[in-house]
Amino acid sequence: MQLAYYPGCCWETSAREYDRSTRRVGKHLGIDLIDIPDWTCCGSSAGHSTSHLLATSLAARNLALAEEMGLDVVASCASCYQRLALARHELVTNEQLREQVNQITGRPFHGRIQVKSILEVIAALETAEISERVTKPLQGLKVAAYYGCLLVRPRPVQVDDPEDPQLIEKIMLAAGAETVDWSHKTECCGASLAMSNDQLALPMVASILRAAELSGANCIVCACPLCHFNLDRRQSQVNRSRGTDYHLPVFYFTQLLGVAMGLDPRALGVFDHFVDTSGILSLVS
Amino acid sequence: MRTGVFICWCGSNIGGVVDVPRVVEVISSLPGVAYCSDYKYMCSEPGQDKIIKAVAEHHLDRVVVASCSPRLHEATFRSVLSRAGLNPYLFEMANIREHCSWVHQKEPEKATEKAVALIRRAVAKVNRLEPLYASTIPVTDRALVIGGGIAGIQAALDIADAGHQVILVEKEPSLGGKMAMLDKTFPTLDCSACISTPKMVVAAQHPNITLLTYAEVEKVTGYIGNFTVTIRQKARSVDHSKCTGCGTCWEKCPTRVPSEYDLGLGTRKAIYISFPQAVPNKPVIDREHCRQFTRGKCGVCQKVCPTGAIDYTQEDALIEERVGAIVLATGYDLFDWTRAYGEYGYGRYPDVISSLHFERMVNANGPTGGKILRPSDGQPPRRVVFVQCVGSRDEAKGREYCSRTCCMYTAKHAHQVLEKIPGASAYVFYIDVRCPGKAYEEFYQRTVSEGARYIRGRVSRIYPLGDRLVVRGADTLLGRPLEVEADLVVLATAMVPDKSAHKVARILGVTTDKDGFFQEVHPKLRPVETNTAGIFLAGACQGPKDIPDTVAQAGAAAAKVCVLLSRREINADPMVARINERLCTGCMTCRHVCPYRAIEARTVTGRQGTPERTVAFVNTGLCQGCGACSASCRCGAVDLSGFSNDQVMAEVAALCR
Repeated sequence: MQLAYYPGCCWETSAREYDRSTRRVGKHLGIDLIDIPDWTCCGSSAGHSTSHLLATSLAARNLALAEEMGLDVVASCASCYQRLALARHELVTNEQLREQVNQITGRPFHGRIQVKSILEVIAALETAEISERVTKPLQGLKVAAYYGCLLVRPRPVQVDDPEDPQLIEKIMLAAGAETVDWSHKTECCGASLAMSNDQLALPMVASILRAAELSGANCIVCACPLCHFNLDRRQSQVNRSRGTDYHLPVFYFTQLLGVAMGLDPRALGVFDHFVDTSGILSLVS
Repeated sequence: MRTGVFICWCGSNIGGVVDVPRVVEVISSLPGVAYCSDYKYMCSEPGQDKIIKAVAEHHLDRVVVASCSPRLHEATFRSVLSRAGLNPYLFEMANIREHCSWVHQKEPEKATEKAVALIRRAVAKVNRLEPLYASTIPVTDRALVIGGGIAGIQAALDIADAGHQVILVEKEPSLGGKMAMLDKTFPTLDCSACISTPKMVVAAQHPNITLLTYAEVEKVTGYIGNFTVTIRQKARSVDHSKCTGCGTCWEKCPTRVPSEYDLGLGTRKAIYISFPQAVPNKPVIDREHCRQFTRGKCGVCQKVCPTGAIDYTQEDALIEERVGAIVLATGYDLFDWTRAYGEYGYGRYPDVISSLHFERMVNANGPTGGKILRPSDGQPPRRVVFVQCVGSRDEAKGREYCSRTCCMYTAKHAHQVLEKIPGASAYVFYIDVRCPGKAYEEFYQRTVSEGARYIRGRVSRIYPLGDRLVVRGADTLLGRPLEVEADLVVLATAMVPDKSAHKVARILGVTTDKDGFFQEVHPKLRPVETNTAGIFLAGACQGPKDIPDTVAQAGAAAAKVCVLLSRREINADPMVARINERLCTGCMTCRHVCPYRAIEARTVTGRQGTPERTVAFVNTGLCQGCGACSASCRCGAVDLSGFSNDQVMAEVAALCR
């Protein structure tokens, strides 16, 4: 399977573990990820809150580039996924907008390709395809799958059921982990507010961590760089400000899948997180 | 031929748009029109008198009234003609209101021209009409009531008390419907079973009522006054003529299954009665779970039965009956919120229950003996949160309509929580609180004064936190979001038609509305009649309603039935198809297209030994006058009385002039 890969801005910076692990796991599963040449910013939160036209045009340029490749787009970052998928949906359903945007970008997009999230691509594989490649089942791991909000809303581009999604659980179970049923799977983590207004966002992060702990999980798995940043980087800040003692390692699902498939953990970036992961990973090998 | 044309102003409905004096002028000069006049309200008594006087004074023999829709007043004016001494079928209406003034309000000149054209058409038709004479059809003096809840029971009792035979059919093993499942009823807080069980017993013992429980209507043919119904009496596996209801069998039965009556909160045996006051108070065997039927091994109930009433060989029986009228009282079900409302947990949280679950719990007969307990741990809840409008008033994922009873029963439930659990608190999230009935508002205010906290806002999420639940919603009057921790959450779910309604509608040929409830002829003026003559409606099957309205409607349906059954015969509409046997070649195309199965083949012999041939024959009792046969006939042998080919062509010619 060949897909046009959209790495996104976090690629070389805060989410490089997600990018690296996505590429390695993809290769191992026979998913050929070809970088979109000359890709540019998708617009994401900054574009979306400034101007609808700007956000759609930024996304449209990348969609047009992928369309020239003749391949569907796949993004790992949930925010990039949602921006591109929503833009595609609007461009396909609103002819006037499409004409306006195509004029702005100078690279016409015709709606011939789809936008997917790496989560749905991997989850669409047969369970056997994943489990037969698992050499180190994730024993001892009790995973709280955290989807955040961007993957399951709004309705036209949702990747899974917005109230009770199960795709990450499906993958984790195939990798031999145990999953928990918990209440904050799709609650917003505060996203970029964690940087601009952390007084508002910190309590949101705290309630997610609390729910994860109450559910009996010993780690959290997510599919979005900003969620990861909030839950991982801000965990110590939550502990300090609230007097709690959370030690919940936070992984990208592709990292844990890679570990289960016997890929080199260092290359997957599992030791590069803020909350120490060595304890939990020792349960696996 | 002397035709009289009477043009109505209908107040300003017609007169405000159409230039009536001008129309009178034009129509007066039409050939065939001997007299033309106008009046403000033709349907009123003075209006009708004007017609009768004009018929006498001007020797009119045909009448056209240009006014509203014939659906409203055709029958009114036909009887005016009868009173004036004319055949009531020498009459035609021109609809210059719904078809003209009401839809062309912005173009009065064109509306006036159109009114003239419509009246011209009516005159052309009326001049070709023939007098028609209604025939009569006999009426079978027996009624069928489908559904044994409070609506069906009340209707059956009223009809039976009037001296007519009634067959009451109920698909469950016992009478009672949803009302028997309830604990107390608003606004009086009467015990539901105490007021319904006496009626159930009377219905079972009434000399004029034949009660068939655990039975379903399978087929209905015929027409008003003459229905033939086939009822399937399902095999109970118990001979009710021998059974005394002693209960030994269900005491000894080794199989326990979740009870549907308790909505899964409790259990029952494979041989069971649904609740202690069931009528008849005799059990049935659930063959899907009974070990004797599924594994061939057990037979305990048969061994212990003191009267030998258990009969495993019993089979379903088909019973055929003739009835003159049918009342539909199939009741309601609750909307399945577990499929639509993921934000409330998709049914995964045991302490989030529906209002009917709550009723079963608080009912002394129910699975907890009348105690309000959390299903998860069997402990009494300290704080109960009620959520209104789950599935109602929700175009996005439920039903658009309001289910009418939930505001009242939630106030009742909140009151019961505060009364039964000392120190408990009750919160109600609402959109509006609707208390339209007698003593309803007072009932709600009483609950508020007892301390129930009403919060205006919807609930966006319910999730578990430890062993409690968090209910997240909004307080829109204060303008802020809020979260309430609860021990038990009760959802007031929408009322939807009973799951059998769709099947019943097909069997009887009645229509349903956009929400699946049976369609009434007119929601204000004819709420208990259906478009199929002889079939009436009672209760929640026609739309969500509470017990007072259900009982009232059941009485109304019974009254309509009595009007019908009290006659030996009724007039059949003479505007039916007629077949000219001389022209008919017997191709029977008309029989194929008739939607009412009203056409049959018949052999006729000519005179003096000419060979026998097949021709079509119309059963005028079944014929509804749709005209499909007339349109399909290649020989022109079929004509519709009152809408003959000749008359229709004349109308077309008059309009196209």
